[in-house]
Amino acid sequence: MNGVHDMGGMHGFGRIEIEADEPVFHESWEGRVYGMVTCIREEHDVYSPYGSRRYIENIPPAQYLASGYYERWLLALEAALLHKGLLTAEELESRTRMFGDDQSAEPPKRNDAALADRVRQRIYTPQPLDRPAASPPRFAVGDLVVARNINPAGHTRLPRYVRGKRGIVTRLYGAQGFQDEPTIADSSPQHVYSVMFEAGELWGSDAEPNQRLYIDMWEGWMDSTGG
Amino acid sequence: MSEGHSGGNNGEHHPEAQPYAALRTKAIESLLIEKGLISTDAIDARVQAYEQDIGPLNGAKVVARAWTDAAYKERLLNDGGAAVAELGFFGAQGAEIVVLENAPTVHNMVVCTLCSCYPWPVLGLPPRWYKSDAYRARAVIEPRAVLKEFGLTLDDSVEVRVWDSNSDIRYMALPERPEGTEDMDEEALVALVTRDSMIGVAKVSAPSLTA
Repeated sequence: MNGVHDMGGMHGFGRIEIEADEPVFHESWEGRVYGMVTCIREEHDVYSPYGSRRYIENIPPAQYLASGYYERWLLALEAALLHKGLLTAEELESRTRMFGDDQSAEPPKRNDAALADRVRQRIYTPQPLDRPAASPPRFAVGDLVVARNINPAGHTRLPRYVRGKRGIVTRLYGAQGFQDEPTIADSSPQHVYSVMFEAGELWGSDAEPNQRLYIDMWEGWMDSTGG
Repeated sequence: MSEGHSGGNNGEHHPEAQPYAALRTKAIESLLIEKGLISTDAIDARVQAYEQDIGPLNGAKVVARAWTDAAYKERLLNDGGAAVAELGFFGAQGAEIVVLENAPTVHNMVVCTLCSCYPWPVLGLPPRWYKSDAYRARAVIEPRAVLKEFGLTLDDSVEVRVWDSNSDIRYMALPERPEGTEDMDEEALVALVTRDSMIGVAKVSAPSLTA
């Protein structure tokens, strides 16, 4: 979707705030959000069929920009739980008020050793990306390609700043599941490539000197330039 | 986004009202626990893994090994995920890791313009600036200006390659080994390698002579 999350190339965000020796989580609630999201999406069908990224991208633009990173995760988690009926708006509001009224209250503790073990195992279990493809790759290293000018209303991994631009295939990565939103795109595996774009192709005469941009492209986004 | 914060406040009493996000998080956690959808120790396990065990020290060990073992470096550049796994680093957000070699004439840096994709098994969870709107917006259109803010000024003769990490492949930079470290062993080199040098927004410096 053409949302504010697709911010590559935008101006106006100011300097990058670099923090020395920052903690992994700045506030303890950020760690709880991170832990809840990563655990629950492995255990329960929370984010389907849209995917967790779509819930983040669906945050209204002004609110997205005003929210910190884990606040966005929190908003997305809440929206998905409500959508799936795993929580109701009433219980969520009333429980939030309760914790506001009693600032020292904490969530109840309930341990589940088997679940915690599964979670620990998954942290150290890579999930291979390779999937069998229905056909051989259409492109080879050195091919000139153009990124399709697609504008789907749902989640896509093809940012606006490369759509319609011409690049060169530099690597073949094999076939992987297509990550654009399954409600609007066929998620069958496709070949994935690294495609290089000259900065001048992307940004015209405003490009910085001697710069190239590399991005991963699923085959369905790519056309031959015929040249 | 730029609210003040103080590190190391775990367990500290908050005299002021907690932010809405903290209250909302407690509300969701308590409801999910009551409904049996999640457990306290499962959340704890996830948090502790990335606070204590999985961080940029892993990547630093990979870099130091590559600097001291040419055959390992070749394997690392050919199949980053497998070579990283040789040192015991593997897992979520790192099934396939592509390692980009920085050199005097070519400088690679990594960004995720759409979100926050990052090679967790070797670098842990990303720093706040990596997830910031400013970095995501600017790294692809003015990388040299961004690098200057990190204190790295590159001559125009150096080619800057920006990698937008938009798929499930994860990227990591292999920084140049600094001059003056020829006598250092692998363990000493590990201590020099910074997180930022493996994202590609910094170079690794030799230890200062006065140290």
